[in-house]
Amino acid sequence: MSKTYYSPSHEYVTVDGNIGYIGISDYAQQALGNVVYVDMPEDGDDLVAGEDFGAVESVKAASDLFAPVSGAVVEINEQLIDNPRLINEDAMSNWIVKVELTDPSELDKLMDEEAYRAHCEAEKH
Amino acid sequence: MNKKYYGKVIFELSRPGRQGYSLPANGCEDALAGLPSDLLRTKSPELPEVDELTVVRHYNNMSTNNFGVDTGFYPLGSCTMKYNPKINEEMASLPAFTALHPFQPSATVQGALEAYYTLQQMLSEIGGMAEFTLNPYAGAHGELTGLMVIRAYHESRGDMKRTKVIVPDSAHGTNPASAAVAGLKVVEVKSLPDGTVDVEALRPLLDETVAAVMMTNPNTVGIFEHNIPEIAEMVHACGALLYYDGANLNPLLGVARPGDMGFDVMHINLHKTFSTPHGGGGPGSGPVGVRAGLEQFLPNPRVVKHTGDNGDPLFHLDFGTEKGPHALGRISAWLGNFAVELRALAYILSLGRDGLKLAGTLATLNANYIKESLRDLYELPIDRVCKHEFVFDGLTDKSTGVTTLNVAKRLLDHGFHAPTIYFPLLFHESLMIEPTETESKETLDEFIAVMRDIAREAAETPDVVKNAPLETPIRKPDDTAAALNPVVTFADL
Repeated sequence: MSKTYYSPSHEYVTVDGNIGYIGISDYAQQALGNVVYVDMPEDGDDLVAGEDFGAVESVKAASDLFAPVSGAVVEINEQLIDNPRLINEDAMSNWIVKVELTDPSELDKLMDEEAYRAHCEAEKH
Repeated sequence: MNKKYYGKVIFELSRPGRQGYSLPANGCEDALAGLPSDLLRTKSPELPEVDELTVVRHYNNMSTNNFGVDTGFYPLGSCTMKYNPKINEEMASLPAFTALHPFQPSATVQGALEAYYTLQQMLSEIGGMAEFTLNPYAGAHGELTGLMVIRAYHESRGDMKRTKVIVPDSAHGTNPASAAVAGLKVVEVKSLPDGTVDVEALRPLLDETVAAVMMTNPNTVGIFEHNIPEIAEMVHACGALLYYDGANLNPLLGVARPGDMGFDVMHINLHKTFSTPHGGGGPGSGPVGVRAGLEQFLPNPRVVKHTGDNGDPLFHLDFGTEKGPHALGRISAWLGNFAVELRALAYILSLGRDGLKLAGTLATLNANYIKESLRDLYELPIDRVCKHEFVFDGLTDKSTGVTTLNVAKRLLDHGFHAPTIYFPLLFHESLMIEPTETESKETLDEFIAVMRDIAREAAETPDVVKNAPLETPIRKPDDTAAALNPVVTFADL
């Protein structure tokens, strides 16, 4: 049974046991426009909640990626190397990195689906 | 519009053996025989083989595809695309300058050294600084040089733990990039809703690990940072230095000086504020100035003025002997892009003190005139008197689905260069307009009328705007494919 959490800077983490799949939200991909490059960490890198771990470049801008939770990278989504537009096609299933969570209690500080939707609405104005 | 587009590449015009001149037989074969064989090329260079008329027609036709300030209005926000007076070109083209060689003895280039020294002095007065180096090649190079100066200052005091640079979230991307290249860590500080730096968010970030705070004033949304004296005091209290990004110096010319606001180090983009060529027509130039007490850290070589035996001024190049051990070494080959510096000097001398003051004031007036003339149709997120530029957050009426990108493309159909779009990142539909002082009221009115007409079209016939541009020679280049698979040589086409 997986559950998805969101950060205010528009990253999501879908958690399944102690494994988290981190990506950018659908709202974020829409705001960015066509993604042309994803700068990803390497297997074994440690992510620290709130700190940047890569970047997404689109035709409009380059945006840093901030880790919603801390954890060790166990896999990166290699499909994004050749086909970064997968993020535009389906941001929620095309996660960027897979991590092993170090501190699941960090999830409590993130937003659920409903709170995140309200956050996006507020940001529009 | 819809003029016929000339889209050929000179290699397409090449025919084997065709040439413009018949050259006499090469009499140097014997000399070649003496060269080591691994230094001789085995294959002829792949150059186009064309006659003179073909070359002349090709480049004349190509030049008609250009859009520049010399052909039309160019309100590209954040770039200060002001007109570059032709007298600048004339001065920089004088053989007395163009025929010089950097290895000439100082005694034979006194005029050139005096020109460099004079511009250095003038920029110091305009910026309220003690001394300038003109050596950096461009704005970002100036930022890097300025940060290297700041690092040298901290290290000279044995203060080795200052590894952070604070930049506002509205900063130009060059700020964090320059800090990273200088080996410093970037920390972002949030803006308030009006686009100015949040003093209360900055306060807790300031400690003994901060090397510098970089600010742009007016900032990237064209708003003057009113809290700058307080920010300067806070920054200095923690032992850091305050850096002025001169990207937006234009409106302040002769009115306010970064040095008086408490900035310690600054750079100026000559290619913006001082009317030297820009973009593809560059190269740029990014002089760096420092307040009194920091001169010793500026890079070498520098032009130094002495008094000769006969009482006349005497200029020479100093490579570090006169300012002590802390000076940076060379950050460029010699004295930067010297011909660009000459253009800036010509601009300052031809406008004079009063003219420069008027430049900044009129740039501000022009920006506010456009802003107030369009604010009923375009969303104005920051409702304040702006300086040289301002940002709309797209059309006020978002229900039509017409985006900032569509509006920008539609402007091309009317012969205007598009404003800067989707920057700054503070808003989703940023449309950033900077008219500069060199445009007449008639041009501004034409632009306003077209922008109003596009807003009307967006409501009545949104598909027209969404499909724009309709009349440019090339309509919709695929920018995603260009970023993913750039084809940059003819052979790959």
